[in-house]
Amino acid sequence: MAKQFAEEEFTKSDLKIWRQIFYYLRTSKRNLLLLFGSVVLLALLDTAWPQLVRIVIDDYVLAGNLDGLWEAFGMFFAFSAAFGFIVWAFIFLANLVKQEATYLIRKAGFKKLQELSFSYYDTSSVGWLMSRMTSDTNRIGDILSWGFVDFGWGILVMSLIGVVMVLMNWQLALLTIAIVPVMGLASFWFQTRILKQFRQVRKLNSRITGAFNEGITGAVTTKTLVTEADNLQEFSAFTADMMGASVQASVLSAVYFPLMMTLGSVGAALIIYNGGMQVSFGDLSFGELVMFLSYARFFFDPVMILARRLTQLQEAQASAERVISLLNTDPDIMDTPEVAAKYGAIGAYKKKNWEPLAGEIVLRDVGFKYKTGEEVMSGMDLEIPAGTSVAIVGPTGSGKSTLVNLICRFYEPTSGEILIDGVNYQERSQEWLHSQLGYVLQTPQLFSGSIRENIRYGALGASDGQVEAAAKIVGAHGFIMNFEGGYDSKIGENGAGLSTGQKQLISFARALIGDPKLLVLDEATSSIDIETESLLQQAIQALLKDRTSLIIAHRLSTIVGADLILYLKDGKIVEKGTHVELLSLKGEYHQLYTGQFEQSVIV
Amino acid sequence: MKEIKVLWGWMRGHRLAMGVAMSATVVGIVFSSLIPLVNQAAIDFVIVHNPEAAGDFVSDFLLGIDGLRPQLLAAGILIVILTTLNALTSFIQGRFIAKSAEGFAKGLKDRIFDHIQKLPFMYHKRAETGDLIQRCTSDIETIRNFLTSQMVEMANCLFLFVVIFIFMLRQHVAYALVSVALLPFLLVFSLLFFNKVRAAFKISDESEAAMSTMLQENLSGVRVVRAYNNQEHEIEKFERFNQDFRNTSLKVSRISSVFWSSTDFLCFMQLTLIILFGAYLVMTGEVTLGVLQTFIVYGNMLVWPVRGLSNVLTELGKSTISVKRIQEVMDEEPEHLAEGLKQPIEGHIRFDGVGFHYPDESDGVVLEDVSFEVLKGQTVAIIGRTGSGKSTLMNILLRLYDYTHGAIQIDGMELKQISKKHLRKNIGVVMQELFLYTKTIGQNIKISRKDAKEQEVHEAATMAAVHHVIEDFEEGYDTMVGERGVTLSGGQKQRVGIARALMDKTPILIFDDSLSAVDSKTDSDIREALAKRSKDVTTFIISHRVSTVKEADLIVVLDKGRVVQKGTHESLIGEEGLYKAFWDIQDQKGGAQVG
Repeated sequence: MAKQFAEEEFTKSDLKIWRQIFYYLRTSKRNLLLLFGSVVLLALLDTAWPQLVRIVIDDYVLAGNLDGLWEAFGMFFAFSAAFGFIVWAFIFLANLVKQEATYLIRKAGFKKLQELSFSYYDTSSVGWLMSRMTSDTNRIGDILSWGFVDFGWGILVMSLIGVVMVLMNWQLALLTIAIVPVMGLASFWFQTRILKQFRQVRKLNSRITGAFNEGITGAVTTKTLVTEADNLQEFSAFTADMMGASVQASVLSAVYFPLMMTLGSVGAALIIYNGGMQVSFGDLSFGELVMFLSYARFFFDPVMILARRLTQLQEAQASAERVISLLNTDPDIMDTPEVAAKYGAIGAYKKKNWEPLAGEIVLRDVGFKYKTGEEVMSGMDLEIPAGTSVAIVGPTGSGKSTLVNLICRFYEPTSGEILIDGVNYQERSQEWLHSQLGYVLQTPQLFSGSIRENIRYGALGASDGQVEAAAKIVGAHGFIMNFEGGYDSKIGENGAGLSTGQKQLISFARALIGDPKLLVLDEATSSIDIETESLLQQAIQALLKDRTSLIIAHRLSTIVGADLILYLKDGKIVEKGTHVELLSLKGEYHQLYTGQFEQSVIV
Repeated sequence: MKEIKVLWGWMRGHRLAMGVAMSATVVGIVFSSLIPLVNQAAIDFVIVHNPEAAGDFVSDFLLGIDGLRPQLLAAGILIVILTTLNALTSFIQGRFIAKSAEGFAKGLKDRIFDHIQKLPFMYHKRAETGDLIQRCTSDIETIRNFLTSQMVEMANCLFLFVVIFIFMLRQHVAYALVSVALLPFLLVFSLLFFNKVRAAFKISDESEAAMSTMLQENLSGVRVVRAYNNQEHEIEKFERFNQDFRNTSLKVSRISSVFWSSTDFLCFMQLTLIILFGAYLVMTGEVTLGVLQTFIVYGNMLVWPVRGLSNVLTELGKSTISVKRIQEVMDEEPEHLAEGLKQPIEGHIRFDGVGFHYPDESDGVVLEDVSFEVLKGQTVAIIGRTGSGKSTLMNILLRLYDYTHGAIQIDGMELKQISKKHLRKNIGVVMQELFLYTKTIGQNIKISRKDAKEQEVHEAATMAAVHHVIEDFEEGYDTMVGERGVTLSGGQKQRVGIARALMDKTPILIFDDSLSAVDSKTDSDIREALAKRSKDVTTFIISHRVSTVKEADLIVVLDKGRVVQKGTHESLIGEEGLYKAFWDIQDQKGGAQVG
């Protein structure tokens, strides 16, 4: 959460950030060069146009050269064709640069996200990470390509026009240019405020979207509580805020553009007055006067575009910093160079060096603290022989998930050590351990795609036969075949279209298909109807067979059937043993058993 | 078009502002079209001294002044004045467009929000939240955008064309016609081409959406990815999406670069025609140099907006679709909450042969011939399998659905005669899928009685056995619920919901499976507290736990929408049937669920 608020703070510029961003242009050097070339040509053509008009007036019209008009037509046609071609080139090249850079940044970002440890995900929301990979990356791409085009073009056009005008008539030139700094300052002042106001509008707008969401998802609750009138009043206050902010933003623009127009007209008036005098004295040709008038009008564009890009630069810089900070984050859990050398890393596994896993787990004096210093576990000793099923019970916050996460090496102990098959697991690679792991979450997380793809996720090389076999073992085959598409039925995001129980069974099959040596099961608490419930119970028994398993258990039958039960409280094991042993202790477990398991039935 | 009429209807109250803005646009165009005429007069009469050229009111004015210097000065001042006037109209236009469009958007949002919350339960059950939100937000935004920018551009383009073309015709008919000769081609060409650009855009948007979805799934499923060590697989998968997005984006730029470059070429060719034909006319003495200059400026004022028109017209297409999508929602019939009887409700309820099926009869019968009677202050338990119709029965009592057969009477009044608002005010409900608002816990509890005293809130929370839980939060009752605040466990949520239902002290209470996530000790504590509070409250309990329903005055067993058994716990375990079966399962298994 903290990161979300840090977003707005950035303002100061930092070249180091941009140097790192420029790295992603490494494959675009040639295109950038071509792009720069076309921008130069474009600026030249833009400057040349009023010159062409001047030539027509001075050299053909005033000279009475009627036959020369065909020549002039050739000139104009060539100009139009060249202009069209350059426009084509720079739009295409700028997009090429942009797409290549954003592609590379996203690729690097995604790879980094696959490497970062769970602790990173604990502190960064999915939404936050998504915006780093989408809108921020896009903004960086824009400034690298279109920003580059606009800056280059704006500066070139202004200098070229300036030079041409000074060379032709320095007095008129100065009159025209004198307006520019005023325009520039006013533009920057307005653009900054407009941008800020729009940011405010966006913020208010997302609040309204949130209110709509709440109004719709809570509609039935609203009905039963009869709070329609109150809700509308609250909502109306939101839309009123939004309207106020939007109108204010539009007032800024409504002043800005007319102001620019008026400033520009002062330039034009000065040219008419002074230039007109000069023409009548013969100091200035007629065509030159017309040309100055169009240059004066043309000066608007680059000034306004540069001002807009400058304000956007601040935003782009903030985006760049956030993306770079993601790319520069080191995972908390990293294999030592020796381990990485032996076992390989993502993208280059050395699977022939991966030992088979038997499944014996030993914890020696294990402690765990969060980075904030909060201690959630200390001095834990535990031995789990290979093939044992362990049920972990205890109140919320007792450290059940922490224990499982430590054993899976999603976190590493801050003190003590964890041995798997007699070896400290830090001496082997994370991927070695995870490749032998089966993991079932409390709320089954499925991916969009077919049912088959989802089951196969547990062992990517599995054949269709193996997929079906796994589904049969957990008892999912029956309902899968009832779908029209069978195993190829598409399921939506997060398993939409399946019931909770069905999703659970599929996630069981997914865990089973890899034949993992180590299985982790975070049992669901939600109540399901009795038929599915008994299916689940059978499936769990199938899952637990012949492997070391850790179950964060909520169902009595699962707990009773386990080889070993751990009762956790405040990050410590307070009771340990089989169901019968623990009951005879008449301690915490006994109390839990008689207090909560009693008299509860699922209908 | 029908959509325009609908939009016009929604614009009520904001039409005048729109009218002012449009008038300002026309006036502004006249001002800005006059400026080139000043240049022209300055050139022809003042500088070149060609009094034979066709006179105009601008030139008459300038010639009325004595001496070259004052005449030029006057021309300069006139330009600044005209531009300032144009700027002023432009400000008025911007200001009033914003007032009209933003006011319209606010009004429409308020109306659709209120409309949606009054749409019947049946509608909400079927509605897709995402789609509905889209209609309320981005569809309204599309229309607002159309009103603020595209409509202005369209009007601008049209008026500009009319005014400038008239000004041109006044000067020289043939020249005027040549000056707009390529515009129809430009318009048709850009329209046709722009559709292609848009089609490519759509593909690339979809490709981006697919990439985002994959990314989002990967991030929210990070645990699964890691646990199965599938990072490499995911990187390869993302690579495909990433490349696809890059390629489709490049395709867009390939098409759009051709679009912009070819239309730029056409625009410049039109300007070329204006310049060269003008040059020819000047040389043959048909028009003056000033006219040439004026036409060049007019040409520039016209070609670029016409090229932009294709974009405007496609946006217009989008807006009509948006209007239609919003209209669909507005056409749904809302509930009439206030209509009906408002007599005090005591809580004596009789179900008499009640039946219910959804409007589409092929969906089957949900309830059939349900009859039982509850006296004031009694507790009724309803028990049955998932899908047996328990919740539907309660929804009928709340008039969230209207029953299709039979009769229900509360204190002798037919349920359908009672005002929905009045009825619901008299029934406290704790729903199965509990919904809390993004507010503080305290505000959530007193949501239906905003003026309630703090003490009353605490009492209700205490009765729902959640007071201590709340007090344990750092900010107590001021703790925010939901995304921006604490995540409550299922049991905590249910208990907050119970506290909320207790605030209104209603004569009827419904607990729809609302103690399922609470452990049985807390469950019985809550029921005890409730029993103590009031003996007069008629209570319905739907529950999975036999222990919860055991003490009810009446137990109704539902199966497939019918009442299969009725009686007290003692009478029901004595007879063979569903209730005894439930009781037996509980006995041998000792429960299947731990909190």
